[in-house]
Amino acid sequence: MNGTTFLGMPAFPRAARDALGDAQLRRNLAEATRTIRDKRAEAVGELPDWEELREAGRVLKEHTLRHLDRYLLQFEERVTAAGGTVHWARDAAEANRIVADLVRRTGRSEVVKVKSMATQETGLNTALEQAGVRAYETDLAELIVQLGQDRPSHILVPAIHRNRAEIREIFRREMGTGAVGDDPADTDALGDDPHELAEAARRHLREKFLRAEVGICGANFLVAETGTVVVAESEGNGRMCVSLPETLICLAGIEKVVPRWQDLEVFLQLLPRSATGERMNPYTSTWTGTADRDGPREFHVVLLDGGRTATLADPIGRQALNCIRCSACLNVCPVYERVGGHAYGSVYPGPIGAILGPQLRGTASAVDRSLPYASTLCGACYEVCPVKINIPEVLVHLRARVVDDSRRRPLPRLEGLAMAVARWALSSPRRLAGAQRMAAAAARLLRRDRPIRRLPGPLAGWTDARDLPVPAPESFRTWWRRTHP
Amino acid sequence: MTVSSRSAAREEVLARVRSAVGDSSAVEQSYAQVPRGYRDAGGGERPWEAGAPQTVALFLERLADYGASARLVDASAAPSAIAEALAGRSASTVVVPHGFPEQWRAGLAGVRVLGDDPPVGLDALDAVDGAVTTAAIAAAATGTFVLDGGPGQGRRALTLVPDYHLCVIPADRIVRSVPQALARLDPVRPLTLVSGPSATSDIEMKRVEGVHGPRTLEVLVVAAEPPPEDHRPIDDPAES
Repeated sequence: MNGTTFLGMPAFPRAARDALGDAQLRRNLAEATRTIRDKRAEAVGELPDWEELREAGRVLKEHTLRHLDRYLLQFEERVTAAGGTVHWARDAAEANRIVADLVRRTGRSEVVKVKSMATQETGLNTALEQAGVRAYETDLAELIVQLGQDRPSHILVPAIHRNRAEIREIFRREMGTGAVGDDPADTDALGDDPHELAEAARRHLREKFLRAEVGICGANFLVAETGTVVVAESEGNGRMCVSLPETLICLAGIEKVVPRWQDLEVFLQLLPRSATGERMNPYTSTWTGTADRDGPREFHVVLLDGGRTATLADPIGRQALNCIRCSACLNVCPVYERVGGHAYGSVYPGPIGAILGPQLRGTASAVDRSLPYASTLCGACYEVCPVKINIPEVLVHLRARVVDDSRRRPLPRLEGLAMAVARWALSSPRRLAGAQRMAAAAARLLRRDRPIRRLPGPLAGWTDARDLPVPAPESFRTWWRRTHP
Repeated sequence: MTVSSRSAAREEVLARVRSAVGDSSAVEQSYAQVPRGYRDAGGGERPWEAGAPQTVALFLERLADYGASARLVDASAAPSAIAEALAGRSASTVVVPHGFPEQWRAGLAGVRVLGDDPPVGLDALDAVDGAVTTAAIAAAATGTFVLDGGPGQGRRALTLVPDYHLCVIPADRIVRSVPQALARLDPVRPLTLVSGPSATSDIEMKRVEGVHGPRTLEVLVVAAEPPPEDHRPIDDPAES
């Protein structure tokens, strides 16, 4: 098994119910997702060739995945020729070990990090901590999550579940010792205006950047043709991490590769508009190996499999690897908007997380078995996806896989038995009529007209995520016969 | 990590990829068949009319949307516009990388200039009042300019650590679109695409300008007539 789900997370339905009870969370999420949805719609609407860009993006990704071995080898060759070193990691543990070894070799015990989903996925910070290395997250939202000892709940805005007042409290509590200012009064005086909070983050990290010897980043794209790494960001923390330290280590999934430099003309138009709803993100850094007199003198790329090749082997599921981590699907998802990212129990929340997680990690855990069901299949995610991943199609496909897995178990589950009974009843009109008569009789006994919120005993599983309507007093066919003699 | 286990991981990942995609030749998808119906694919048709008035106007408008101050000046007025911008910041020391066009340097007369030769230390860089550079290319549609470390741009830290960046761009380096700009760049050089001052939307998705990179970005576009003597002209991109 590769990658991690959050330790001890319950399966989606229970986590979702807890999240729905948190009124503050729902307000924060509704406000934030509405803002970003509107911005995205405007930025995308401005481009008359948006659909052509999406199609180019989809086909490019599909083409690359078909020839992934070739493009990975080409990327390795170009990086090496440009003075970098390429490492390969079969799983998360191996990737973490390689990175920890590289850091140890520098003799340093601190690293600065650019926000990276791959390092979240492998749990790199924890692994580094065990190796005696302190990793400083430098993206503002990641910093909020790290200081608050919290979990990320969004791919792009990991602290989307926090509002300004909560962030101010975290900063006051955690930055106290000289970080916001030398005078403790500065910390107390910190207000909740986003400008002030951003300023506090700037001061908190300034020294770290200027002294940093080792930087760790992910990658938005790896260009096979040239060996170029691309990191898109907004705050400048990424530029700090990739250009100031002596040593730079990049951990990236193998699916991040694109064939040629020219292909960035597609992805650099698709990504920012889909992600933050901007025409372009403030900063995009690209570099190839090491350069004379500019930036790190030592550069490493760690290419991570971590379940990606297993995903690639599934002809329907593999389209999840097209993902460019924009999170547009999260922002439009009616389920995500209400329950937030934590309920998904892993680093990839929302619709893409529901198809990526169970494929990267397999469907062994209760969380991963529940994720394909964490959707209404409304299709909004497919519509906004900049690389046209048919998320509903993959969700249905994975549901089938979960059901097939459970069929192979020695003891049938209650759901399976119920479905067998339903099949028996529904396959004959006489048996169906009999079942309807029994249900109507039961409804008369119940004497209620509101839906049933909770079934008793082992049947409660059915009402965990849905209400059960009270059966009609008579079936349509009975009514027809009665009223049309 | 020994070399042998490193190459074992490499061989295994590659073997897994090959087995996952099956017989690649049977599903050969040609790169040339990627549909590119979007505008300006590969840089589009030439001539690009770099620096055309409507392109420059669009570039300035986009930059203003990002919260950058941006204006167009005549070539003869460039030095005084630079001096004015620096005076507006009350700048006394600025870093100006090697190769900054000579005809604009008169604008730096009122300030102490660090040339980054020998390289300025990070602490000294943190203490200067700003960086004054030019840019390699710009894309109007997204309000983006690109620093490629070439003449008058310097290494990446120069435009990152100081809190103020004044970028002076000849109008004829401004093309219309992102594909046109990318086709003009050499990916072997370390590149930075800049679209406005540093910003974040991490707090309630509200955009705040100014986090770790320069919090203030000012752009002067210098009109093409008469052309500066020693800026690199735009020529056709290498065919690839």
